[in-house]
Amino acid sequence: MMREKILMCGNEAIGEGAIQANCQFYAGYPITPQNELTAYMARRMYEEGRVFIQSESEISAINMVFGASLAGARAMTSSSSPGISLKQEGISYLVGCELPAVIVNIMRGGPGLGNIAPSQADYFQAVKGGGHGDYKTIVLAPSSVEEAFNLTRLSFDLADHYRNPVIILGDGLLGQMMEPLPQILNSKLKIQNYPKDWALTGCLGRKPRIIRSLLLGEGELERHNQKLQEKFKSISEKEVRFERLYLEDAEFVLIAYGTVSRICKAVVNNLRGKNKKIGLIRPITLWPFPEKIIRETAEKIEGILVVEMSAGQMLEDVKLAVEGKCPVYFCGRMGGGIPTEEEIYEKLSQMLI
Amino acid sequence: MKITNKTSSTNQTSKALRKVFSLPASMRDVAMHYCSGCGHGIIHRLICEVIDELEIREKTIGVAPVGCAVLAYDYWNFDTTEASHGRPPAVATGIKRILPERIVFTYQGDGDLAAIGTAEIIHTANRGENITVIFVNNAVYGMTGGQMAPTTILGQKTETTPWGRDAQRDGFPLKISEMLALLSGVVYVERTAVNNAKNVLLTKKAIKKAFLNQIENKGFSLVEILSPCPTYWRMSPVEAVKWIETEMVKYYPLGVIKG
Ligand SMILES: Cc1ncc(C[n+]2csc(CCOP(=O)(O)OP(=O)(O)O)c2C)c(N)n1
Repeated sequence: MMREKILMCGNEAIGEGAIQANCQFYAGYPITPQNELTAYMARRMYEEGRVFIQSESEISAINMVFGASLAGARAMTSSSSPGISLKQEGISYLVGCELPAVIVNIMRGGPGLGNIAPSQADYFQAVKGGGHGDYKTIVLAPSSVEEAFNLTRLSFDLADHYRNPVIILGDGLLGQMMEPLPQILNSKLKIQNYPKDWALTGCLGRKPRIIRSLLLGEGELERHNQKLQEKFKSISEKEVRFERLYLEDAEFVLIAYGTVSRICKAVVNNLRGKNKKIGLIRPITLWPFPEKIIRETAEKIEGILVVEMSAGQMLEDVKLAVEGKCPVYFCGRMGGGIPTEEEIYEKLSQMLI
Repeated sequence: MKITNKTSSTNQTSKALRKVFSLPASMRDVAMHYCSGCGHGIIHRLICEVIDELEIREKTIGVAPVGCAVLAYDYWNFDTTEASHGRPPAVATGIKRILPERIVFTYQGDGDLAAIGTAEIIHTANRGENITVIFVNNAVYGMTGGQMAPTTILGQKTETTPWGRDAQRDGFPLKISEMLALLSGVVYVERTAVNNAKNVLLTKKAIKKAFLNQIENKGFSLVEILSPCPTYWRMSPVEAVKWIETEMVKYYPLGVIKG
């Protein structure tokens, strides 16, 4: 029996979330700032009698996950920015073959080797497809250790349900920050069971199955793409998740995700104390993006400030959602810089709040 | 290449005709896309015959490569997937670790296994994964139009070595089977060829051993098969099988390398 409350870092919480979601296979290659996750899985997967492999590369890890997934298992890999770049071909194959998988990216500063400080500069890569071909992956962005645990559990259900990879997009701050997890390790969380009547398990008692993404027949690949697009449409209708704060009477709204949203929350609460009519939208799914609430809000307010640890990536999606209905401002830091409350106040004051 | 039973029933009456040559249950009854004289078709069939004989069709999962054999799943009548270029050993690792009772094998060309997938094959072998690898060495990249492969022999002309492979410029042909044999995780490595009837039978024997090793949980087994590519060797099928005998085996000697 676990204690009522335990202290964990975000990386470990993601690991425990995967364990409790009945993840049967994990493969990963060390990279900071996600090493705690690989180490956690090494120990816990062994304890649970499941498969852990330290692979020879991120490419190998994603392809092992491909194999485990097509054999019917819940499978996960994790890495940080440079390693996620290496996984892109594999993620594209997973989508093409309609295989579920969970991929964790605990982002660090880039481009290149960059540094190991927190960053949100892989937003485009995560939400726009990342690898080759027309595709999307569901992207979940936790902002606390507890949410990292919960969203990881959810990610396995979403992956199985839609037969599509799901990305958990966190940053180095979330990965390494310690926070208490209240009680959740005691609870008997229900694990959804999805029948995998497409998996390769040997053709005993049935016709042989083929899992592939090569479609050479006349029009075959176009039809496959249409089917995938219908799936993405259905995901974008059903799976949008976000948190909203004080939108009812807000005149200005901050939009931020992940750990940055917590800094923004502090700013919002502080200004509310000073009777400023300010609110917050925190996208939890970065794809599908909560564009409807942003558009509706934009019609009623005077301005939006997007805050990110990047040069302004989510900013583009916010602007697309706003469609010019209100001014959109940006406050960002790059290469491991974290926006401070002061910088956000400063920006807000320029917006005449 | 036909493998007929010499002791066939010529002395039986016509009413009791006995079938001596038929399609393995593991093989689909479809025409293959391979060029004439290509070795892939023979090797596909040998694998199917072995799978039939070992009665493992219903528990076998094949991993096809990116290369000329990418369509192998159209010919094999058992569960099959296709890995990205070079990654079949990683995919097979994932499958086998989840389903250890199933029989998992990869089928890979020399570009797939010995160039882009070098890391995967070495580390899968080194972990001693209990899988079977069928490695088809045709000394050239077939699917992309006949470029140099890591196994292209010195002097051999390809699209990207128009004056012949030159060690100074292009490096040496890679003897990856010999390299793999050094690894502790590897139990069996043999090099065979499909250039004549005798060698075809020896190849089948080697493939069978590589599958048996897996069934008996012995560990990683690999069969390298020298295989003709008349199209990109710019030869007739007859010249191609001769070239294996006169040129290729000089650099890639046949026989058991380990096990
Ligand atoms: C990542 C990637 N790089 C390159 C290719 C193009 N490509 C397809 S097959 C192949 C080489 C195949 O040669 P080999 O493995 O020797 O098999 P063969 O076709 O000769 O049987 C290449 C380079 C690809 N599909 N994917």
